[in-house]
Amino acid sequence: MTVIEARGLRKDFTVRIKAGRLRRTRKRVSAVDGVDLVVERGEMLGYIGPNGAGKSTTLKMLTGVLMPSAGTVRVCGFTPVPQRTRLARRIGVVFGQRSQLWWDLPLRESFALLRHIYRVPPDDHAARLRECRSLLDLDGFLNTPVRQLSLGQRMRGELTAALLHGPEVLFLDEPTIGLDVVSKQAVRGFLAAQGQKGDTTLVLTTHDLADIERLARRLVVIDHGRVVHDGTLESLHARYGSRRKVVVDLLDPIAQPDPGLPGVTLAEESADGLRLTYALDGSGVTAGELVARLATTASLRDLAVVEPSIEEVVTRLYASGRPDVRGEG
Amino acid sequence: MADPYLRLLGAQARSQTTYRTSFAIDLLGNLATLGADLLGVLILFRITPSLGGFSVAEVFVMVGLTALAFALADMTVGNVERMRLYVRTGLFDAVLIRPLRVLPQLVAVDFQLRRVGRTVYAAVVLVVALRFAHVDWTPARVALVAVALVAGAVLFGAVFVATATVAFWWVESGEVANALTYGGRDLTGYPMTIYSGWFRRVFAYGLGFAFIAYYPTLLLLDRPDPLGLPAATGWAIPAVAGVAVLLASALWRFGVRRYRSTGS
Repeated sequence: MTVIEARGLRKDFTVRIKAGRLRRTRKRVSAVDGVDLVVERGEMLGYIGPNGAGKSTTLKMLTGVLMPSAGTVRVCGFTPVPQRTRLARRIGVVFGQRSQLWWDLPLRESFALLRHIYRVPPDDHAARLRECRSLLDLDGFLNTPVRQLSLGQRMRGELTAALLHGPEVLFLDEPTIGLDVVSKQAVRGFLAAQGQKGDTTLVLTTHDLADIERLARRLVVIDHGRVVHDGTLESLHARYGSRRKVVVDLLDPIAQPDPGLPGVTLAEESADGLRLTYALDGSGVTAGELVARLATTASLRDLAVVEPSIEEVVTRLYASGRPDVRGEG
Repeated sequence: MADPYLRLLGAQARSQTTYRTSFAIDLLGNLATLGADLLGVLILFRITPSLGGFSVAEVFVMVGLTALAFALADMTVGNVERMRLYVRTGLFDAVLIRPLRVLPQLVAVDFQLRRVGRTVYAAVVLVVALRFAHVDWTPARVALVAVALVAGAVLFGAVFVATATVAFWWVESGEVANALTYGGRDLTGYPMTIYSGWFRRVFAYGLGFAFIAYYPTLLLLDRPDPLGLPAATGWAIPAVAGVAVLLASALWRFGVRRYRSTGS
């Protein structure tokens, strides 16, 4: 079942640029420029891109906050802006930097209020809250006013708040931003568990690559308002040529460090010739075959296989040309 | 239907009672402000025995009606002025993702308990002023006071909403908005006869402020209008307020639509 369907989604903003002392010229900028996106129920989608690529703007159009300049959107069968309140009952939204909770009230009271706002039957609400309490370990601070919570505690509260009405789609805008390592792990573990159940669709934007590796089975990379990649993490690696590496430490330098095998290149050689790094593009020999070949000509002290890092790929993706004007979000 | 909004209201009230000292100081501050306003009127009457042809007690009826209508409006929808903050900080997005209507949500979420204090003070002023003004009470006049207060509050409320809407276009619109709301209140408490020319036409009739306190007071005191309108004008305020609500809600919807097409 399709839960999100966007076709040719576009959002233009008019920005004013100083041209001289008092004169301003207007310029139209497309924050989102023709995005097509189809998300099926239960998918875990990572929506990534550099700052200003159009991630948040897309999310705002999907959640009914912003009206698209062009294109069509359906989320859970609704058109977001005209059917905002009906859609709101079916989706959960966590904006990493904007709280949904009542600042001066105990966390528990925010949850109680949300039950009334979303008109959730008491039993459903209690069951979901029970689950979140144990998975997110909320019991220690349920009676603490939100203003006294740490960022990590508050984020756990925000996640609970977004889930209490049993949303079909959960939109998360940078859910781990600013959290410490432990809190990040807690949030990721929780979201992964939600995703595993298969009935909640997760759409998250993030700059944290660990979030992507842990949570996004599918990646949509957006840049300059356009989708530049849509597929699995593996296909992203394949497309942008990220390679698995084999690092070999030798007891003695060898005369011919490049074995000349198909699909293997010598990426690095240390000055003393004792550490060699090979890159495998996956098309030729395997890491095992390479090591076996090396073992016949050299005495190996140690070896390591390094998985391709998504960081590398994303850095490479983001590094490609930027325009001068770009609205944040 | 109203339930979620009432819950929001209750939550907001509970939030505020967590700051008891600040709340108490605010109540005192409000009392001092109102006291200063009344003192201002009294000082005027030390210089002149009548203001625009009206005695001190009569002017105080206008001041009381205005203050109470304004306090009622301020207590209920006055907090839409926080729209500016919402638009500027992007909190407005959080308002839009809830399954509730925008305006009632803003009103309930930002309800200021301290404004109840102002309403009580204003009611006291009105009651005292009416006692001194020697009103010849009839059932119609009692009804007029109630109608004028409610409709006057609606008119002030419409002004609050309309001026807050300006934040959708112009985030730093605070002072302009205050000039119309608080400025409007201050001018409404005086007889319209003290204003003249284009100012009276725009302010008293164009914006409708003359119908909140001035004309109902004339009818209460059984005095003809020195400006020549019939006595029944005292009953015009519901119609005027109705038009104002239509205009304000059109402006509001237009503003929300604009926010959605331009973003934060």
